[in-house]
Amino acid sequence: MTAEPNPEITPELVAEHGLKPDEYARVREILGRTPNLVELGIFSVMWSEHCSYKSSKKWLKTLPTEGPQVIQGPGENAGVVDIGDGQAAIFKMESHNHPSFIEPYQGAATGVGGILRDVFTMGARPVCNLNALRFGDPEHPKTRHLLSGVVAGIGGYGNCVGVPTIAGEVNFHPAYNGNILVNAMTVGLAQADRIFYAKATGAGNPVIYVGSKTGRDGIHGATMASASFEEDSEEKRPTVQVGDPFTEKLLIEACLELMETDAIVGIQDMGAAGLTSSSFEMASKGGAGVELDLDRVPVREDGMTAYEIMLSESQERMLMVLKPGREDEARRIFEKWDLDFAVVGQLTDTGRMVIRKNGQQVADLPIDPLAEAAPEYDRPWEPTPAQPEIAPADVPASEDPGAALERLLGSADLCSRRWVWEQYDYTVMADTAQRPGGDAGVVRVRGTNKALAVTVDCTPRYCLNDPVRGGMQAVAETWRNITAVGGRPLAITDNMNFGNPEKPLVMGQFVGAVKGMREACAALNYPVVSGNVSLYNETADTAILPTPAIGGVGLLPDLSKMATIAFTAEGEAIVLIGETRGHLGCSLYLRHLAGREDGAPPPVDLAAEKRNGDFVRGEIEAGRVTACHDLSDGGLLVALAEMALAAPDEIGAEISVPEGTDVPPLHAWLFGEDQGRYLLTVAEAGPVLEAAREAGVPAAAIGRTGGASLNLSSGHTIWLQQLRDAHSGWLPRYMQSDD
Amino acid sequence: MKARIHVTLKSGVLDPQGKAIEHALSQLGFQGVDEARTGKVIELNLAESDPERAREQVDLMCRQLLANPVIENYDIELTT
Amino acid sequence: MKAAVVVFPGSNCDRDVAVALERAMGRPPVMVWHKDSDFEDVDLVVLPGGFSYGDYLRVGAISAHANVMREVKRRAGKGVPVLGICNGFQVLTESGLLPGALMRNKSLRFVCKDVGLKVETGQSLFTSRYETGQRVTFMAAHHDGSYFIDDAGRRQLEDREQIAFRYCDERGQVTPEANPNGSVANIAGIFNSEKTVLGMMPHPERMADPVLGGEDGRAMFEGLVEALS
Repeated sequence: MTAEPNPEITPELVAEHGLKPDEYARVREILGRTPNLVELGIFSVMWSEHCSYKSSKKWLKTLPTEGPQVIQGPGENAGVVDIGDGQAAIFKMESHNHPSFIEPYQGAATGVGGILRDVFTMGARPVCNLNALRFGDPEHPKTRHLLSGVVAGIGGYGNCVGVPTIAGEVNFHPAYNGNILVNAMTVGLAQADRIFYAKATGAGNPVIYVGSKTGRDGIHGATMASASFEEDSEEKRPTVQVGDPFTEKLLIEACLELMETDAIVGIQDMGAAGLTSSSFEMASKGGAGVELDLDRVPVREDGMTAYEIMLSESQERMLMVLKPGREDEARRIFEKWDLDFAVVGQLTDTGRMVIRKNGQQVADLPIDPLAEAAPEYDRPWEPTPAQPEIAPADVPASEDPGAALERLLGSADLCSRRWVWEQYDYTVMADTAQRPGGDAGVVRVRGTNKALAVTVDCTPRYCLNDPVRGGMQAVAETWRNITAVGGRPLAITDNMNFGNPEKPLVMGQFVGAVKGMREACAALNYPVVSGNVSLYNETADTAILPTPAIGGVGLLPDLSKMATIAFTAEGEAIVLIGETRGHLGCSLYLRHLAGREDGAPPPVDLAAEKRNGDFVRGEIEAGRVTACHDLSDGGLLVALAEMALAAPDEIGAEISVPEGTDVPPLHAWLFGEDQGRYLLTVAEAGPVLEAAREAGVPAAAIGRTGGASLNLSSGHTIWLQQLRDAHSGWLPRYMQSDD
Repeated sequence: MKARIHVTLKSGVLDPQGKAIEHALSQLGFQGVDEARTGKVIELNLAESDPERAREQVDLMCRQLLANPVIENYDIELTT
Repeated sequence: MKAAVVVFPGSNCDRDVAVALERAMGRPPVMVWHKDSDFEDVDLVVLPGGFSYGDYLRVGAISAHANVMREVKRRAGKGVPVLGICNGFQVLTESGLLPGALMRNKSLRFVCKDVGLKVETGQSLFTSRYETGQRVTFMAAHHDGSYFIDDAGRRQLEDREQIAFRYCDERGQVTPEANPNGSVANIAGIFNSEKTVLGMMPHPERMADPVLGGEDGRAMFEGLVEALS
């Protein structure tokens, strides 16, 4: 039996636990005494930025979170939206940035594990995974290793659990050299009337621990303080969490099996801050008190202290409150799946968390003040200074659009991500209707003709130059990508990755991005239902690009109407939807062909966005569209090339470029990144153009599919063969180039 | 008594992980590594205290489960 | 026809193959739990894909010793057809029902992609709906699919026509470039000597529905139903 260390609580110890002096004063005020080490540890994790959202809460509250489709908005393990027929989609995105930088495989793997648990804890069977990854400069010595480890980790976990990874994005930028971003998203399906919440109610109800045993994994940095109290610690303790996807798979099956009964009152996974946050959050939501007996917690190592058990971040664990008398029934299910099952306490009506270890009381804390009275800051912020609007004429025109296109498609920004997604099992569960590489992933709702369209998007360089436009664009792009496959956008989850919020400029980026997101969500009837904030993404004082990654979920009522990006036949009309002004500021053309990253990003006209998107979706649902692709990074010519290359036998196109004085110069028309645009192919352009005119949507027939090249009426011929080599070759070559 | 079992790939069986290690070592500037072969180590705590019987036991374990004779060799090390 | 799908802890294609079987048979297969030592009489036993026991120790090794495998072996010995897909193939080699072993992909990476397969023989319960030499597309999704067998073993497989599928390119040519994992002689699937047991890495059940991008796998299930009903 290890005695609970009981050191004097010094200002240094408080500081090591990340509590500011005024926060600690509040701790003492709440308790009316000095906390012991266990209590200090609990306060420190509950009031951490990660658990309390203390810097971001004020602003997150301003986001639209309601709509007729919303069953559960932010504040639960994940968001829930209605998809009709009594079914619901449940989803969330979460970051695992820092652990992935330290240990890319395990960091990314446990990120996937954590987000899966957030979703199945609500009663949903996970049906697909997505991810948004940001790495440093490809030339940075660590990038290759990090990319390879993160991708293997995401695959290693998701593949084993048997949930397909069907969409995602990968970006490279030097701003992520010392701080990569790994954001993982899971989408699950449940019956709308069988959703489980993290709410503990009913004094006397048993509190149950299931899943893996608790070890010393991931105990936050402050552990070092407690480690010094143990005289015989022979080994450095692990702080990197190790994932066990096999156990997670069993946990999914066991939980879903138990959820078919009515034995569960409330359930929550043990994520960050493990047993502490799960027990406090559940108790707080249900207004209950809790008694926990840590001697009953299944542990992996001898001699674990209460401090360690409460703060451990061991993976693949869940906490549940059952109805009284249902323990044996639940135990049988978990034992069938060879998982640990332990009654570790019970609910009380005291509103307090009382924790015992070795028969002694080691903590006694009021629950509500801790969970709800967490500090909330209104941090000073400064807006990002506006960047100049760059006129197309001020950007040098490339002599040869073909060479420019090849350069863009063969760049880290736009090359094919096949090397990445071929390491993810994207077809397990046998419902993947649209694989990675298109505008959105699509999974069929098993046993129906409906499907979910899912995507993650963000253009961090836009967010840096103008956080408001960038935030707006990120939301709009997910909406557009869902629309482009024929889906009706329902709601989003957000993963807000920013630098140090104590710096007014960084805080200003956050505030700006939220403002842009808010406007886009409101205009598009596209609320936020879940999310996660990751701040302090900095190294050596350099912040990452502001990266509000947005995960969007939409519904295809009839899967047979789904659109894909690949040209499907020769001789079809190509129609450009949306207005083309040739916006080159902050574009990839500017970055790769002019070596500049400045300028205001393209504005997002939300009314036009909605009009254009609704029109495109209508045409797809009417069955008139044979291929569809939204225009984003790299503009029109890049989108055309992607559509041509995606066709199994590669189909080119003849394109008439506009001429005259009132049209943008050629390079701006081809590479401008104006928003709210799509390319469609249709058998005949006439009816679509007519319908567009009636809907007030800008539309132009710009050419026809066919041939083995992209032929521009300006006299340029771009061979697909050459583009393909550039596009598909970059990433495999890069990953092998240390051979 | 403790048993440490080394499971290694038979010669002639492709070991891509070994190849990758060999390659990485030469990238790091370590010269003169001709070949790297990977394997695994399994440690067991045994109730049996008689070395001969322990070895027999562990040998059976290896043949039945711990090693695959199609591709692997094993080697048993016993310590008290 | 009646079929059973064995569920190991960590199986994750059990539901997928059950759906494909149900489509072909018109009724759902029996799902058999790995701890069961007996199950009802069936005409076909399927060992599904997944990561049984997390692929710990060696792929398929722990499952090969599961309770249910004793019964599966007994029935295979009596001639009941057994189909092992992906992890199921790994379990079959580990349990000795098929020769050889499956090892880590040569690239060391998990690989998920459409693969071309050359049907080496249409003369079996499993491949009766295919022509010998036909090219079909299935989906590969594995980390440990590199089939290993020594030269003598390979010759024996070839002599006895026990090779069911080999990886091939778009034109049906068995080339090194078409080999996704480093398998000996591009072997993607093999039979036992009686051709009543088939193990294969690629997934026919993921190509049994046009929504999933192809239907080449359907013929395998339909052929089995025809032969076993």
